[in-house]
Amino acid sequence: MSETSAWVIFIAAIFTNNILLTNFLGMCSFIACSGQIKTSLGLGTAVTFVLTMTTAINYAVYYGILISAEEAAELGRAAPLISTDLTHLQFIVFIAVIAAFVQFVEMFVERFSPKLYFALGIFLPLITVNCAILGASLFMIIREYSFLQSVGFGLGAGIGWAVAIVLLAGLRQKMRYSNIPEPFQGVPIAMIVTGVLAMVFMGFAGMVSIQ
Amino acid sequence: MADNKQPACMTCEPKGLCGGRGLLTLKEGAWANNPLAIQVLGICSALAVTNRLENSLVMGGALIFVCVGSNLLVSLLRKVTPYRFRMIAEVSIIATFVILFDQFLSAFYPDMSKQLGPYVGLIITNCIVMGRAEAFALQNPPILSIVDGIANGLGYAVVLAIIGFFRELLGAGEILGREIPGFSSWYTPNQLMILAPGAFFALGIVIGIFNAVKGPGPEEKK
Repeated sequence: MSETSAWVIFIAAIFTNNILLTNFLGMCSFIACSGQIKTSLGLGTAVTFVLTMTTAINYAVYYGILISAEEAAELGRAAPLISTDLTHLQFIVFIAVIAAFVQFVEMFVERFSPKLYFALGIFLPLITVNCAILGASLFMIIREYSFLQSVGFGLGAGIGWAVAIVLLAGLRQKMRYSNIPEPFQGVPIAMIVTGVLAMVFMGFAGMVSIQ
Repeated sequence: MADNKQPACMTCEPKGLCGGRGLLTLKEGAWANNPLAIQVLGICSALAVTNRLENSLVMGGALIFVCVGSNLLVSLLRKVTPYRFRMIAEVSIIATFVILFDQFLSAFYPDMSKQLGPYVGLIITNCIVMGRAEAFALQNPPILSIVDGIANGLGYAVVLAIIGFFRELLGAGEILGREIPGFSSWYTPNQLMILAPGAFFALGIVIGIFNAVKGPGPEEKK
């Protein structure tokens, strides 16, 4: 288990280990939905919320059910409910948890806050296939985070993703007035601008560090 | 089943056998509608694993395998899958093939498995696989779906290999971990190409070149 405090992981996940700019996760919706600041802010909020919650749930599922009894004992954790090793099922279980959670949130929001539903509505189904969500859960297992660290990482990764997409949306809004060579208009220039953004974020390296 | 043909299969009737459309499908997937360079799908893994040519090739192989397998299975089950549950069915089929590949990799090539890290698992959320299952395999017979899977997997793998080749060449001054005579001796590796920004630049430039060669598509013209 890594010893870093949850707070450090939270900061690192936003700046130095930004899930989008250093791990390239969630690129599809990043490019597709970064046309306007307002939409990207909505999507960013939805991703942050879902990301934090699903890392917590997946943590409980992984260490409560999937992991084998011996491995849990080796890592110094409580014995799981089922002692058999089910870790090979982690992909399918994680994606099912994410899909179910997103569905649940959608129904909940629709019932209790129609206003928020119209603001977030279209983004929610998109989130299921956002690789940042599944990626964060997988990173949490690979890096052997504790529960608090996982939540810190999930929240930080979500905020980091939101920051990156809002920044790119701002840049793309300005870029509408620039004279870009025709083959590079649209996605290619967005990609290159993201590269510059990634370089800017590299400036944070050394501030804090996680694996 | 034979007398109740799906409307989608009618489209291949004028061209005779479905095999006649096979070549068209292949060309469409691998070049004209290249999933990575033209449709810009599945870029997460394309950026993450291309720091070395070796990784790119393994990832390309993985995607071909998963795409072919899931396309075949989705296509075989297309008549018994209720429309409302198709997404869940697709995701579980894709996840099954990804698990197969992941288990294979960690059993026989543990080093490679460690290097690719979570990105093998992330093939599940790769839009290309899901997109092909949804857009193609659901409406087409199994053989044609396999061809489509190969075509799209190949289109993805080739672009991945191109990016991986240049990133390793410029970033490490090597190819497949070996020095190149007459080049590595004087070239100073540019670390930036291995790091995150290099990936974005490389992919942006590759897509730009694809656009320039192919001409702008109808939807990019707006």
